[in-house]
Amino acid sequence: MTAGAPRPAATRHWRRPPLIKDRRRRYGLYGAAVAYLVAALATVEINWQRIADGLDRGWRFVEGFLAPNFSHRWDDILLGMEESLTMTVTATAVGILISLPIAIGAARNLSPPPVYLVCRAIIAVSRSLQEVIIAIFFVAMFGFGPFAGFVTLSFATIGFFAKLLAEDIEDIDESQAEAIRATGASWLQLITYAVLPQVMPRIIGLSLYRLDINFRESAVIGIVGAGGIGATLNTAIDRYEYDSAAAILILIIVLVMAAEYASSHVRRWVS
Amino acid sequence: MPVASDPRGLPIWRRRTTRQEWALWLGWLALVALFAVCWRLMTENTIWAFVFDAPRQALDIGSRMLPPRWSYVDQLWRPLWDTLNIATLGTLLAVLLAVPVAFLAANNTTPSRRLVRPVALLVIVASRSINSLIWALLLVAVLGPGIAAGILAIALRSVGFIGKLLYEAIEEIDGAQVEAITATGASPAQIIDYGIAPQIMPAFAGITVFRWDINIRESTVLGLVGAGGIGLQLESSLNTLAWPQVTVILLIILATVIVSEWVSARVRAAIT
Amino acid sequence: MLRLEHLAKRYPTGDLALDGVSLTIDAGQVVALIGPSGAGKSSLIRCVNRLIEPTAGRVFLHGVEITGLGRRRLRRVRRRIGMIFQEFALVERLTVMENVLSGRLGYVPFWRSLLRRFPPADVEAAFGLLERVGLAEFVDKRADALSGGQRQRVGIARALAQNPQLLLVDEPTASLDPKTARQIMRLICEICAERRLPAIINSHDVRLAAMFVHRIVGLRAGQVVFDGPASALNDDVLTRIYGAEDWGTPGLDTPEEEEEEEDEGADGGDAALRPDLDRQRLAGLAG
Repeated sequence: MTAGAPRPAATRHWRRPPLIKDRRRRYGLYGAAVAYLVAALATVEINWQRIADGLDRGWRFVEGFLAPNFSHRWDDILLGMEESLTMTVTATAVGILISLPIAIGAARNLSPPPVYLVCRAIIAVSRSLQEVIIAIFFVAMFGFGPFAGFVTLSFATIGFFAKLLAEDIEDIDESQAEAIRATGASWLQLITYAVLPQVMPRIIGLSLYRLDINFRESAVIGIVGAGGIGATLNTAIDRYEYDSAAAILILIIVLVMAAEYASSHVRRWVS
Repeated sequence: MPVASDPRGLPIWRRRTTRQEWALWLGWLALVALFAVCWRLMTENTIWAFVFDAPRQALDIGSRMLPPRWSYVDQLWRPLWDTLNIATLGTLLAVLLAVPVAFLAANNTTPSRRLVRPVALLVIVASRSINSLIWALLLVAVLGPGIAAGILAIALRSVGFIGKLLYEAIEEIDGAQVEAITATGASPAQIIDYGIAPQIMPAFAGITVFRWDINIRESTVLGLVGAGGIGLQLESSLNTLAWPQVTVILLIILATVIVSEWVSARVRAAIT
Repeated sequence: MLRLEHLAKRYPTGDLALDGVSLTIDAGQVVALIGPSGAGKSSLIRCVNRLIEPTAGRVFLHGVEITGLGRRRLRRVRRRIGMIFQEFALVERLTVMENVLSGRLGYVPFWRSLLRRFPPADVEAAFGLLERVGLAEFVDKRADALSGGQRQRVGIARALAQNPQLLLVDEPTASLDPKTARQIMRLICEICAERRLPAIINSHDVRLAAMFVHRIVGLRAGQVVFDGPASALNDDVLTRIYGAEDWGTPGLDTPEEEEEEEDEGADGGDAALRPDLDRQRLAGLAG
């Protein structure tokens, strides 16, 4: 407060205190944001002619959505769905089985530093690359088809599952682990009696979540040759069969919705 | 009964009752059977010779990828800039679309639970179910190849993500604060501005930055289907079997992803 | 000036919260509404400004029937009815000043409220109110940085910023410690006296209510079972309101509360406000 007489009552002003106190930093940030937006928008090349031509196709796609054609490619759709669903299930199961030991290894409170670092490195590698990029490599290694997709999704599951589970293990209630340790339990007994019971609901929740993600991803990696419904979709769009493509997309949406509905029920039932 | 008897008539402690145990074993059995069936179906057409050949293939690819062709970096700056723009502009567009959708979908702000809410939820689930790469596939067919298709693809995928997390945040707000603002005679717009917006702001900022981070990753591969960005270079390098260039591209992508994750983590830490 | 006629509220769950309440409150009159939890106190005051829609009955403020007004005209009436809440209900992430100015929302156009450019007279009045409740130096503090008592003072300033014709006060002290509770209750009653502002104050704390408020209305199961001066509160009346075993627990009244006068200084103490009240007797009865 400044010394002296209070200011006359009628001149009191109020402005909301700004988010960033320092004036120069504030305007600097605003300026930078505007400059970036202008530069970014300036480099977006939009070919209006091409878009105008494409609107016709866009409209045909909307029509396809309103009247999807399930029958024309039904055999392909069925095969694609079968591949997608089977590789989702197998990849989720295998991915989780591999993730469990890695998650324990990547939990700071359970593992010695060398194991911890190795497991964290595995997680980092798995997480940092897009599923699609991984799929490109596995297709090159294993050949076209769902097996490459299965390997891709298993690999991607490891990074996701082990990271989240490891964080959960690190957050467990230490006093319970302490109590089990105090009974003279071995390391393995510690895991089964103090750690697993605490993180079991989380394991189930994460498994269901990952199952959902894997199914959605299985629709994508087909684009680069790793089997599944994505391959069927890619063909349909390449041949401008928008009514078939719409049918496939609708099926994907319905399956994802069903999976979400089912998993919310399972989760409620488990807890 | 959790306590059974052994042959000598002494009680044995068991963790679960017999029926629960049976149910549990049956459940596991069903899971294993499901796995076996899926495995058989999936590998029906697998050519095992290729699978067993995989390690050799991996070594082969690996040896071709090294050493990286570092000089190629010079051609990657522009695609990298495009990738950044696809992610950022796509996220901004998604935010503009997702905010109204979230308010229409949240139980406590929707104008109609019977009519509007289901539509908003359908928009969210449709957007979430379809990967940005598939959106890109469609949009490239419609709009032609280029960044515009990429931006729209990212936006269409992100609307569902941001919309879902945001409407959940709206449903969790403290109703008393809204009630107090309502009691002052505020209009609906003012109630959103004073009663709801301040409460969801931290969640909103966190969700947006989080999605931006994910979008950086996703926009690196959109070029594979022609939607602009560094993926275009990846696609052409793969097609010409220029493996040393592929290495450089992957390293650049990796670096970008790490930087964006760091930025996102710092911003989110600063918010809360 | 405020008249409730046969007000009834039945929730979709089937619970009957209000069962034909009729009540008249004259200009400048403060009424304490007491009763057990679930008696309908909270529903009653929310039916007045229609935060809850009454199922039947009518509410008149200055001869205007509030029940039956359209949205727009309802907002115009709401802005003249100040409300103070149990859990303060401040917008936690806004500053103290923004919270006080939110009392002006019914008066200013949307763009002004969005840009926080309130008319100078409103800002000046808000400063004056913050001085009145003793929070002049907290203007730009965020509401969640304040203590419970300070928050309730902001809540009072917000309600007064509305320039209200009526104050609805819902359990103003339930979330506060006994000493702060008294200070807040005293502040509310002083302000009502200064402005000749009629008010309905819900309270679960009979002793505190009787200490500051002249007219007590007892509510039980949605019906008015007592309406009279605080001095008429006796065992029979309390039994009628709370039932025999609901209020008869002794020992809830803590003796150290009685020594709180020294902090307040000049106001002359509670006894001056309620000379006719037999505090010892009530202390033994009501918790």
